[in-house]
Amino acid sequence: MRTRTPAARNALNAAGMLVLLAALLGICVLSVLVGARDMAASDVIKGLFVFDGSTEHLVVWESRVPRTLIGLFVGPALGVCGALIQAFTRNPLADPGILGVNAGASFAVTIAVGLFGITSASGYVWFAFAGALIVTVAVYVLGATGRSGITPEKLTLAGVAISAVLGGVASAITLKNREAFDSVRFWAVGSLAGRSLETLWAIVPFIVVGLVLAIAISRSLNVIALGDDLGRSLGARVDVTRVLTIASVTLLAGGATAVAGPIAFVGLMVPHAVRWFTGPDQRWIIPYSMVAAAILLLVSDVVGRILLPSAELRVGIMTAVIGAPILILLARRRMAHGL
Amino acid sequence: MPPVGDRSVSAPVVPPPVDFGRRGYVVRARRVAASARLDRRAIVIVAALIVVLLVVSVATLAIGTYQLTVGEVVSALFGQGESRVRLIVVEWRLPRLLLAIGCGIALAISGAIFQSITRNPLGSPDVIGLDAGAYTGALVVMLVIGSGSYSLIAAGSVIGGLATAAVVYLLAYRGGVEGFRLIIVGIGVGALLASFNTYFLLIVDVNQAIVAASWGAGSLNALGWDQLGPFSLVLLALLPFVVALAPGLSQGELGDDAAQALGSNVERTRLFSTIVAVALTALVTAAAGPISFIALVAPQLAKRMTGLPGLGLVASAAVGATLLATADFIAQRIALPVGLVTVSAGGCYLIWLLVREYRRS
Repeated sequence: MRTRTPAARNALNAAGMLVLLAALLGICVLSVLVGARDMAASDVIKGLFVFDGSTEHLVVWESRVPRTLIGLFVGPALGVCGALIQAFTRNPLADPGILGVNAGASFAVTIAVGLFGITSASGYVWFAFAGALIVTVAVYVLGATGRSGITPEKLTLAGVAISAVLGGVASAITLKNREAFDSVRFWAVGSLAGRSLETLWAIVPFIVVGLVLAIAISRSLNVIALGDDLGRSLGARVDVTRVLTIASVTLLAGGATAVAGPIAFVGLMVPHAVRWFTGPDQRWIIPYSMVAAAILLLVSDVVGRILLPSAELRVGIMTAVIGAPILILLARRRMAHGL
Repeated sequence: MPPVGDRSVSAPVVPPPVDFGRRGYVVRARRVAASARLDRRAIVIVAALIVVLLVVSVATLAIGTYQLTVGEVVSALFGQGESRVRLIVVEWRLPRLLLAIGCGIALAISGAIFQSITRNPLGSPDVIGLDAGAYTGALVVMLVIGSGSYSLIAAGSVIGGLATAAVVYLLAYRGGVEGFRLIIVGIGVGALLASFNTYFLLIVDVNQAIVAASWGAGSLNALGWDQLGPFSLVLLALLPFVVALAPGLSQGELGDDAAQALGSNVERTRLFSTIVAVALTALVTAAAGPISFIALVAPQLAKRMTGLPGLGLVASAAVGATLLATADFIAQRIALPVGLVTVSAGGCYLIWLLVREYRRS
């Protein structure tokens, strides 16, 4: 990549951000206008502002607006979470699931279905959220204690270990229980559809706190990227930053998974793709990841809706179908960078 | 020897032994240019693992719906005793046990190689989409073609896995394969295939999905001598390549430049190691389905137990074999796919190791 002066680089990044925001606005409009039911754009707009209780207007308010809004919160949560966890573990393979968030949420939902017989999506939300929080704290305690403090390597291994145990037990429960298997196989593929706005509003505060935390620590993350010792001597509070990072990751990933179910790949791919454009500055990577992840999620949702109106192409499937070719192209075209 | 001129020739200077901080032995072959440094702790650990493996093996052969004594098992193994006992031990229980041990060895070595090539503790054949591809191949056979035949599913999984690995390698190739690009392309292709797999499991009915998911967890159920024969032949054919590649891999861990300076052909080592590691995993997937986690955890456990840096292929293989044999012993008791037990048991052990490290410090 050519070297630019910091000012030119910032100007370029700011311009890129405007383009991304415009694209996000466009896809939001599209997400409300396009769907399985064929409706004229004028009808949809009328429904948005002058609700008259007709089926068309109900579709707009009960289905299209909620899934767009859910995408607008879940996407940024996943993208930022991925950026944080990759910066934190310095591992390009790290995704939000690495700290056990998805495993904890899935385990809790499996227990909810398998033992308590809960089968409504709104009933899962708090199980998923609580499972995610408890497991992340357990991973943190296991990985962070000891003489060396919080090291990325130990935390990664702790997350892998606990996720594995929970995943194994959860699969064992579902393979022995047909009803649980059937419910969990659908929950386990994230979707923006079929969630109510109340569910979203209940979780949104956690996601917002997580996003604000992430932006607040982005400067310190830049310093820590130079290495723990150098970071400390430059005045960064390494341990505080790490605790805040994990708090933010937990809120974001836990919240996103509770609302939409596990959505793989977004958190892994978006920061990689973004980093190739912005360079290594977390103060740009984090906001870029926010917007780009929302775009990826909403585009995937809209394309899934258009390709198969029966709602079987859930967003958790489409994100990889749309995102993977982009990631591979980027990896081939640009100079490969480490973290 | 008398002094010549003004120079005196003394006895050759013997350098003082280097203190590595660990006790060990150096073995040198007399005729061939080969030597090995054996670490004492590693030897003790591997010996202990083999003892555990033997105990688990005897237990596996003895315990089941039809309980046998250790004496009966041993005499059956030597061709003595009742023919019914011989049938149970030699024809039914032994091949499954040997397959578990062989799969454990193959997966552990494959994982150690991948972690070395990618220089990443999370590196495993899954990284280049091998497992996702194998699962796709098997799902196509099971759900699209609608066949439940063992050999067709095995063929589907091998073709799927190898094709995926080849595609990832080619997509990541630009005048050489750099570790980071390989990982990224692998993530992309793997995620794409995982999406197809999830989609398949969502659109079929729940009973078909359970059968497919059980295969996807990895299971040694209903395997016998028919499967063990070809499996062992391929495994034994692959092991010499692993031995030949090991020095190059160790040098590669110093970094590409240092390894090249030491005379190692980095790119060639990486290509051949990838091929061997992929073949090892594909072999296991064909026999038993994608048994996850052993490849990831066995090298890590071996490293933590021996305290040695580097590849540690023998220790990894010993851990892998013991882990999978133990897991299959448990899996037979609770009637679940062995893959689920490896994940839980391996995870618990890794947690225990981390806790112990905490207590020690």
